[in-house]
Amino acid sequence: MARSIGAPAIGPADGARPAGIQTTLRVNGSVRRLELDPRATLLDTLRERLGLPGTKKGCDRGECGACTVHVNGRRINACMTLAVMHDGDEIVTIEGLARGEELHAVQAAFIEHDALQCGYCTAGQIMSAVACIGEGHAGSADEIREWMSGNLCRCSCYPQIVAAVQTAAQERT
Amino acid sequence: MSTVLERPGIGSPLDRRDGRVKVTGRADYTADVVVPDLKYGVFATSPVTKARIVELDTVAAQRAPGVRYVMTHRNAPRVPPLGPPAAIALLPLQNDRIRYEGQPIALIVADTLEDATYAAGLVSARFETAPARTEIAQGLANAVKVEEGYDEPDTRTGDPEAGLRASAVLVEHLYTIGYRHHNPMEPSATTAVWDGDRLTLYDATQYVYGVRGVVAQALDLPPENVRVVSHFLGGGFGSKGYVWPHQVLTALAAREAGCPVKLVLTRAQMYTSCGYQPETRHAVAIGADRDGTLRAITHDVVYANSAAEEFPEYAAAGTRSMYACPSIATTHRAVKVDLINPTAMRAPNEGMGNFALESALDELAYALNVDPLELRLRNYAGRDPLTGKPFSSKKLREAYALGAERFGWAARPCAPRSLREGDELIGYGMASALMTTYRMPSTARVEMAPDGTVTIATASHEIGTGVRTIMPQIAADVLGVDPSVVTIELGDTDLPEAAGTFGSATTVGVGSAVSTAATQLKERLIALAVADPHSPLHGLASTDVELIGGEVRSRTTGRAEPCAGVVARSGAAVRAEATWSPSNDEYAMFGFGAVFVEVRVDAELGLVRLRRCVGAYSAGRIVNPKTAASQMTGAMIWGIGQALLERSETDANVGRFVSKNLAGYLLPVNADVGELEAHFVDEFDPHASAIRARHR
Repeated sequence: MARSIGAPAIGPADGARPAGIQTTLRVNGSVRRLELDPRATLLDTLRERLGLPGTKKGCDRGECGACTVHVNGRRINACMTLAVMHDGDEIVTIEGLARGEELHAVQAAFIEHDALQCGYCTAGQIMSAVACIGEGHAGSADEIREWMSGNLCRCSCYPQIVAAVQTAAQERT
Repeated sequence: MSTVLERPGIGSPLDRRDGRVKVTGRADYTADVVVPDLKYGVFATSPVTKARIVELDTVAAQRAPGVRYVMTHRNAPRVPPLGPPAAIALLPLQNDRIRYEGQPIALIVADTLEDATYAAGLVSARFETAPARTEIAQGLANAVKVEEGYDEPDTRTGDPEAGLRASAVLVEHLYTIGYRHHNPMEPSATTAVWDGDRLTLYDATQYVYGVRGVVAQALDLPPENVRVVSHFLGGGFGSKGYVWPHQVLTALAAREAGCPVKLVLTRAQMYTSCGYQPETRHAVAIGADRDGTLRAITHDVVYANSAAEEFPEYAAAGTRSMYACPSIATTHRAVKVDLINPTAMRAPNEGMGNFALESALDELAYALNVDPLELRLRNYAGRDPLTGKPFSSKKLREAYALGAERFGWAARPCAPRSLREGDELIGYGMASALMTTYRMPSTARVEMAPDGTVTIATASHEIGTGVRTIMPQIAADVLGVDPSVVTIELGDTDLPEAAGTFGSATTVGVGSAVSTAATQLKERLIALAVADPHSPLHGLASTDVELIGGEVRSRTTGRAEPCAGVVARSGAAVRAEATWSPSNDEYAMFGFGAVFVEVRVDAELGLVRLRRCVGAYSAGRIVNPKTAASQMTGAMIWGIGQALLERSETDANVGRFVSKNLAGYLLPVNADVGELEAHFVDEFDPHASAIRARHR
């Protein structure tokens, strides 16, 4: 039996790289003006162009939440959106959460409750947790479990993550 | 320097030492490492299984913007068969043969990730395919005994057939467990940087020295020309333990392309590039007397193994040693499938077989109308049933009692289907756990600087288990200093050689090496002090001197000075390096546990949800109860995944895994997890290690 692959990839017909697009991103409080490949995701742009590798790529398909960042105050998966779509947007990554050496309450609670092991999902968990608390979805352990279920943790620190989010949510109120 | 030790090192629930860099996004995982002039590698992979490439067109890919180099089987340098610890001897891109779906057929190197990904999609190929097998059900008649491996495929004590015939009660069942994938959150990643004939590999590996050995042999380099670095691992669970093709191919591509190359596997490629846990079938028969005394157990395993390579899975290993029983037989047979190699996955061997054994024992308990816990206690093994050796230490009886008490086992309603809440039935169950203690030699160096700070150096790895936290605790105890003045360097072949970080063996092996090196350092410091005319301890017998509170101190006279002073006057850091190798083979060594669960089961749909779970473990001395508890609750959640959620389905028609993503492969999420408790019984194992630990 013969089988073939090699359907034409989606891209420019003339073999040239797509034209760069001037984009202004406001990342962790600084203004970054960039000429971006329109194919580049926000995640890859943060990691490979802007020197912010704290945001992690776990699946590149919006399934794991490791790349969670805040865009205009909302949590989103940075792998599921193109960087050029965020001209002028306010973006906060894990690198922008602490104030100098002073950790955000969620970061401190994650250490206190040992809500991390390998740490690879942790940036996404924390960015998601900050938003979860802000959304008012941290009222009970069950509510936190539900609203934090978009962030996978294969080391499986889930109970500690719930405890950390509860602690941080209580400190906030 | 601390003067008084408020907390000892070992046994303290210290916060994770790398917590701060991890919660701020500053921990440098492999794919985060920046090197100048870095280019991006992306694989084009085979969509077919068991095939021959008859046409491969890379012209469009070669011409695509930003592309620097395209490696295929036509131009790739030829590489000899890979030696251990390579998972696969025959590297892809060496000929036109396709042995499994997902096998690389081209490696593109380009200026940006977008360029490389785009160009990989332009590779076209035509294949001659042959029928492929992906499931053990397709080949049961051809199952074979795999003799090569690290354990015996078959074991036999007593006369199991006669034992089963003579039993008053016989339970026989067949249990199946599907393929499962490790799915660490961090995909495998390698960055290769050449400087002349010297290679640096930043690699997501559980075994930097293993990678160095394999890559050096494959590329015909002296090992000292290859440096492998792995500062932080985003999980591995076995998938990064052996060395896989992408690591060697990235090094080759960087050499051929003449630039540093970073290659990160896609999530889909993670299902076909670095192993999985094989599908297994377990035929279990247990015979017992009416009072529950076991007479015979047979446990026959059939597992999937790659047609191309060997990886034996000793899934019935736990059955050999779990219960006192005069006749136990286990067998393992492999069915060859056309997939990449399976590999060790948390937990290998016993992790699968215990499910079958314990399920059968549960059936026996209900057939006998004996409490499942009582049945286990009646058959408690005081010695290893397989070898007759005494256990190095075993406190499973205490673990049963602790777990039962914390869970409220005695007070539960016993009869099946007797408790209902709305549409759901509430059920209770328990099982024993057992895992072989793996012990591997490791080397560590410990040194004290003139300012009194201590640095441990060993090429172990931080995979999330807390190595950066617990090794300083171990050294601090020996040196009488606060753990906060001790730091550790890890994950680099420039450091003394350590075993790979797998098999729950790091605390035992590396911890013992750290303890041994720290003990030698202590002796050196004492020897320097008593020989030094400037020391208040000058002339004392070294047996009179101890290290405590950051000082060298005389037990009898109370004379003391800071350790830092002794080091400073010696003119340089004082160091000791030691290798620990396992001994005491006259003992059988296992970690043990007792796990109790309460589940909700939808009476109509059969949907099972975990409400709570209590685990009590006998694992030897626990260095850090906080990080250890996280590992054990994590392990329980892996149990939820194994029992209720995870399975990598294959399609026998197309010959591949069908859900190569985290949406189709169900991992436990937060909402799947109920209340969990992990407890450890107080235990010191005198034989397994230098630090009284036996596991982790």
